[in-house]
Amino acid sequence: MKQVIAVLTVLAAIVGLWYAACVPMNIKGVLTEQERAGAQVQPPSAKDRRDLGEFGLIAGNSFAIPATWEQARPRLPAPHQVAVEMWKTTVQKKITSKRSLIYHAWVTLSATMLGFVIGTGLGILLAVGIVHSRVMDLSVMPWAIVSQTIPIIALAPMIIVVLYSVGIQGILPKAVISAYLSFFPVVVGMVKGLRSPDAMQLDLLRTYSANGSQRFWKLRLPASMPYLFTSLKIGIAASLVGAIVGELPTGAVAGLGARLLAGSYYGQTVQIWSALFAAALLAACLVGLLGVIERSVLKRMGMAQ
Amino acid sequence: MNTESRAAAVIEANHLDLTFQTNDGPVHALKDVNLAINKGDFVSFIGPSGCGKTTFLRCIAALETPTGGSLTVNGMTPDEARRNRAYGYVFQAAGLYPWRTISKNIKLPLEIMGFSASEQEERVNKVLELVDLEGFGGKFPWQLSGGMQQRASIARALAFDADILLMDEPFGALDEIVRDHLNEQLLALWARTEKTIGFVTHSIPEAVYLSTKIVVMSPRPGRITDVIDSPLPKDRPLDIRDTPEFIEVAHRVRDGLRAGHSYDD
Repeated sequence: MKQVIAVLTVLAAIVGLWYAACVPMNIKGVLTEQERAGAQVQPPSAKDRRDLGEFGLIAGNSFAIPATWEQARPRLPAPHQVAVEMWKTTVQKKITSKRSLIYHAWVTLSATMLGFVIGTGLGILLAVGIVHSRVMDLSVMPWAIVSQTIPIIALAPMIIVVLYSVGIQGILPKAVISAYLSFFPVVVGMVKGLRSPDAMQLDLLRTYSANGSQRFWKLRLPASMPYLFTSLKIGIAASLVGAIVGELPTGAVAGLGARLLAGSYYGQTVQIWSALFAAALLAACLVGLLGVIERSVLKRMGMAQ
Repeated sequence: MNTESRAAAVIEANHLDLTFQTNDGPVHALKDVNLAINKGDFVSFIGPSGCGKTTFLRCIAALETPTGGSLTVNGMTPDEARRNRAYGYVFQAAGLYPWRTISKNIKLPLEIMGFSASEQEERVNKVLELVDLEGFGGKFPWQLSGGMQQRASIARALAFDADILLMDEPFGALDEIVRDHLNEQLLALWARTEKTIGFVTHSIPEAVYLSTKIVVMSPRPGRITDVIDSPLPKDRPLDIRDTPEFIEVAHRVRDGLRAGHSYDD
């Protein structure tokens, strides 16, 4: 109960700050609208208003404060505006509608999942190779690290163009970008996990004359499971970012990235914010789901106490 | 091979040397070690750290390769002996896999060695009974105390019925009371199974209480300074440690340790 109160307090503080921030962010636009509608605003000249700071404007026109939370195209939409937009574009729209956020989220989610599966598979394979081969350790690991220092926003258009030129389009290019971001945490985590058995445990298997594959399946792989799940949680969030970024440079018409892009073209800030929240919500659900799987797997393995 | 003449020796070391090459130059872990261990012996290796007692045990287990001399286990090289499942090895830590139950942990060597499922089951039950852990097969390691975990690891080493049991400070991390109890149990187990046991320790009472033969070692270079055949009877209640014979043997071990240990560094 105490925790619930603490969490709600933090949430209320964030929402409060958000409402407060809306006032200076939107006051200029509101005053311009109000003046057009015939209201008396201080100072009356648009040029003077431009030179006056936001807080000066608020002080002179306190009557306009409520309107900063109700604009059609605010610089910063108020929380309830985003909530209403999300409600309208999820519950009140058919899932098949191009205006449904669920439809767009699904488009992004499918690319995310495909990319995540490719990235995880690739990451595990690379980690196995790195752990078992010194050559791969020396040659692959540096490239894996370098690959993550290139900004994905610069690389994404190239991946899409190159794949398009060989006739691949649709979900796959986005999934490739997703995989590109998600394989790395899996490689790092799995390398650490596969190497986690100590010398004594390896010696124990040597006393049984165990071979390499027995060592892998009976010791290294099960020992790496806790590390794998930690990596997967980071990986799936990175995957989602990859899918959204993959939607930006192509002018995609569907997906959360496309919603962000369309919103910024037409100044629909409410739409941008609701797409952002949808993405955050989606990421939270995915990470949460992995957490549930992690707990049940580790419990079944006897590793969660 | 001269094992014919001394057929009873299961482990035989002749002029055994082992030198590790390190960045600070060569380290003589073992120098001119000569020892014969007979079938059914309980041999303790005692000495300060760095005296090579663990290294010698690891040589027998083919976990280290000697750089000179000869070493035979059951008349074979240590490597061949290992492939013939000559020994079970117990480490200082129990090293049970946390993702396996006690039964499944004991099955680990059996799975690797390819025993059938029904035989695995049978052997697990047998060794659980040997170490007094009946009924704990379904538990995970974290549900057991440290002493019970170490007993489970002994059961794991016994599961495939090797004639030799090598134990590297198996009770070193346990408290005195648990240790006494396990020592008593180990002697009972040794009497029942008639295994040959190599036991590394740095506790004098433990070495004297358990062994038929005590090998005193000293460091830099690691070598044997004394081999004591214990005059104590095979049947040893815990209070044998208060008898004059026991104290005399312990005294000789302590003298051997003092003689071999240089304090001038």
